Amino acid sequence: MSSTVSKEYKTVKEIAGPLVFVEKTDPVAYQELASVKLADGSFKRGQVLDSSDTMVAVQIFEGTSGIDKGCSVRFLGETMKMPVSKDMVGRILSGSGEPLDGGPPITPEDRVDIVGAAINPWARDNPEDFIQTGISTIDGMNTLVRGQKLPIFSGSGLPHNEMAMQIARQAKVIGEGEEFAVVFAAMGITNEESQNFMKEFERTGALKKAVVFLNLADDPAIERIVTPRLALTTAEYLAFELDMQVLVILTDITNYCEALRQIGAAREEVPGRRGYPGYMYTDLAQLYERAGKIKGKKGSITQIPILSMPGDDITHPIPDLSGYITEGQIVMSREIHRNGIYPPVNVSSSLSRLMNSGIGGDKTRDDHKAVSDQCYAAYAEGKDLRGLVAIVGKESLSDRDRAFLEFADVFEDRIVRQSPDEDRDIAETLDICWEILADLPVDQLTRIDRKFIEKYLPQKD
Amino acid sequence: MSNVGRIYRVAGPVVTAEGISPRMYDVVLVGEEKLMGEVIKIMGDYSIIQVYEDTSGVKPGEPVENTGQPLVAELGPGLLSSVYDGIQRPLPVLREQMGDFIYRGVNAPGLDRATKWEFTPTVKKGDSVSSGQVIGTVPEGTMQHYVMVPHGIEGKVEEIKEGSFTVEETVAKIGGKDVSMMQYWPVRVPRPIRDKYLPDIPLITGQRILDSMYPVAKGGTAAIPGGFGTGKTVTQQQLAKWSDAEIVVYIGCGERGNEMTEVLSEFPELDDPKTGHPLMNRTVLIANTSNMPVAAREASVYTGMTIAEYYRDMGYNISLMADSTSRWAEAMREISSRLEEMPGEEGYPAYLAGRLSEFYERAGRGMTHSDKEGSITVVGAVSPPGGDLSEPVTQNTLRIVRVFWALDTKLRERRHFPAINWLTSYTLYDKQMKEWFSSNVAEDFPPLREWSMQVLQKESELQEIVQLVGSDALPDEQKIIMEVAKMLREIFLQQNAFHPVDTYCPMDRQYAMLKLIRKYSDLAHKALEDGALVPDIVAIPSKQRFNTAKYEENVDEELEAVSKDMESELSALGA
Repeated sequence: MSSTVSKEYKTVKEIAGPLVFVEKTDPVAYQELASVKLADGSFKRGQVLDSSDTMVAVQIFEGTSGIDKGCSVRFLGETMKMPVSKDMVGRILSGSGEPLDGGPPITPEDRVDIVGAAINPWARDNPEDFIQTGISTIDGMNTLVRGQKLPIFSGSGLPHNEMAMQIARQAKVIGEGEEFAVVFAAMGITNEESQNFMKEFERTGALKKAVVFLNLADDPAIERIVTPRLALTTAEYLAFELDMQVLVILTDITNYCEALRQIGAAREEVPGRRGYPGYMYTDLAQLYERAGKIKGKKGSITQIPILSMPGDDITHPIPDLSGYITEGQIVMSREIHRNGIYPPVNVSSSLSRLMNSGIGGDKTRDDHKAVSDQCYAAYAEGKDLRGLVAIVGKESLSDRDRAFLEFADVFEDRIVRQSPDEDRDIAETLDICWEILADLPVDQLTRIDRKFIEKYLPQKD
Repeated sequence: MSNVGRIYRVAGPVVTAEGISPRMYDVVLVGEEKLMGEVIKIMGDYSIIQVYEDTSGVKPGEPVENTGQPLVAELGPGLLSSVYDGIQRPLPVLREQMGDFIYRGVNAPGLDRATKWEFTPTVKKGDSVSSGQVIGTVPEGTMQHYVMVPHGIEGKVEEIKEGSFTVEETVAKIGGKDVSMMQYWPVRVPRPIRDKYLPDIPLITGQRILDSMYPVAKGGTAAIPGGFGTGKTVTQQQLAKWSDAEIVVYIGCGERGNEMTEVLSEFPELDDPKTGHPLMNRTVLIANTSNMPVAAREASVYTGMTIAEYYRDMGYNISLMADSTSRWAEAMREISSRLEEMPGEEGYPAYLAGRLSEFYERAGRGMTHSDKEGSITVVGAVSPPGGDLSEPVTQNTLRIVRVFWALDTKLRERRHFPAINWLTSYTLYDKQMKEWFSSNVAEDFPPLREWSMQVLQKESELQEIVQLVGSDALPDEQKIIMEVAKMLREIFLQQNAFHPVDTYCPMDRQYAMLKLIRKYSDLAHKALEDGALVPDIVAIPSKQRFNTAKYEENVDEELEAVSKDMESELSALGA
């Protein structure tokens, strides 16, 4: 970027929403950073959204309150970059990357552009290594693999943040000498939630391997756009420069999209579906697609974005567009939550599209696929029977049907339910599956090979 | 022709320039880094440019250079087995040049300049040739590449060479102009074809439900909805592997990076069952994932189509797959909203339907200017949001395409593969192609097909009754219909793509299988009349054998044996 000493402009013409319009400037680059000096001597930062010969529109990160036409604007001559360093692991930072933990500022080893470039599809490697989250409904039934992006579709009032925390704490890769790190970015969370996160990270020791970004609900919308990009840029540095296996947790994407909509409206853009900008698909893709593996590099980026579905509506543009980019989804259910089961994962509507490439003999265990298929099928059948029971009563069911009905309940109780502190390894999850499958008539285990039944099915006495 | 102006305004991928006087859709190079863009609007002295790359850091005042040319594809030997992005930059070369990520301002030609190709002329000095005519051949991998006279050039062959040349070297002089093996073509303009035929020959795919039930014509158009995990990828791969098209063009338009990786790593691994060589040798892949620049995504389908048309001109049959046209439409929507155009339905531009039909219209079979017959069959995937088929892209697509293969999640869950719903799928080519099927497969094939459709239709009606009153309440005759329909579904429609024998089913065998089911139906009804009982009719041993016959090495003999046994077993019952 140009090294000329930047001029100060006192030509603010118009202020609207988060935007400040400055007249008669020297050429300013698109996306260049700007600093606005207020009457009281304080500074606000912004970024150029639209630059022409006559007028420059600057979007202010901290909101435009206090800015008047007398303010002076200085352009910094570079686009948004962030300092990255290995020392970020173990730190808690704000949504714009400033330390929140009272520690020293980050000493950069490198400064990188936060927008990030697309991975060349030719350079991508197939994701096929198992990540253990310690949660049975994910590991056993909807396995996460390195390089995958698997969102959690939740709803307001459901314990998705608790689950996110649990994953951040427990997640690990199996394999020797692999360095693992979690990058956790919270967008638009309340002060209370943020305090909880900070406390939890410190209490449980999860912070040792984590970088945490916290953007609060009362932080300006534009900062929310930046937060996930900071997180992902950090993740790319850790994964592709320092060879670490990185898990990125982004919560809550819905807040991010709201911010996107808010800014779009302030820019007077033509809105798309439900008022969200027409480019939301591409914008989300630019976040989600930063997950992946690269041929010849050791590290990987795996993403768990969390989004709360407005009105539990899975066809809402946010979950809908996300679903088209991500490789499956973990869906949380209000009904299961009401029954007091944590984590309230609706196994039937969840899916991991890359599961099959990450499980099996050398990765998890040889019986994994068969067991999970069988549990899926039996659970689905049991759930169907619940509807029937409501009409005809339990008594009129055959023994076989009753066994399946029972199975659905036990499945929810033993596989779905687990304590927020319980870290089950994959073998344990599969063993529980076998224990509960043992209560079904053995001739009903049609999806499991004979040899696995002989090897794993517990003998009833 | 090229002239230089300056940037007036930058707002995202839309850049306004002044001081150039381009034509619409001319390619311009924007800024110091020469980012590639396309003129999409001209307003007085200002030209509005859609830039294919990220514009962060670009300033007003930087130069803008007009190339005076629209977006063109480079056509010549070396296209096959290439992997390109949406504007024909070879991805492996980009990786060599700038590493694992795609940064901007890098350009790489679509065709390698250094490779030498063996050119053998087919015309002599003094011959008269016209545009599009073949002047020589080049072996391209396992295919024969025909070098054609570029459009706009014709006259006497003043000079013609033989030997090894790069794509840029002159191989002939025609009508005073130098001709090389490479030619350029603006991607948004269809390449001319001499005469388009009515599509009345089917594209044979070896997939029973596609060939016998819902065939697509060579040069026809088909759509598949790409819901989550419905087996779209497998269907496409089967088409690529088995269809009797010589060349496959696959456009990954705005899809997932990891999904593209699957295609990119699997296609080169797939062996071409016909030649034994890698399938890649006759494939061109275009990969523009969802996070790559949106303008290049918009262009990707045109780039792919132009390459397909070029091979059609040589007389080849091409199957082109666009995955997904919904992502393409979204790119149009995004660009349109940046231009602040008046939106149509759901924010899509009002010209959505027009663009879609223009694209599908470039499919077709016909006589080319090289006096050969070629075809392009287009299979477009649509990804309706929320699975809602009433959304504009799906609706506008269904209005244009003539075949719909309804991939169905419910069937997938029931492990019925290929998960193509036989009730909601359709083909509008059946009448045109009846003639072909009667004379090339069997006289009674079309009526046999109609009969099986009726049985399946009848089954779905009976199914409703069964759900209410149970299957025992059906009259015997209808029980037989249900049984026959089940045979159609399980023996005929289900096909295992991963089974060495069952993966490809030639037309003759498809006919034999259908005929055998028909025979069972006729004999069963007769046996019933003669007093046989339904459970006995259903339980005959040859029927069990029929179930697995399609997996046997000697499947055709097996089917014949089943046919004989069936006859004796059923007549024995009726006696």
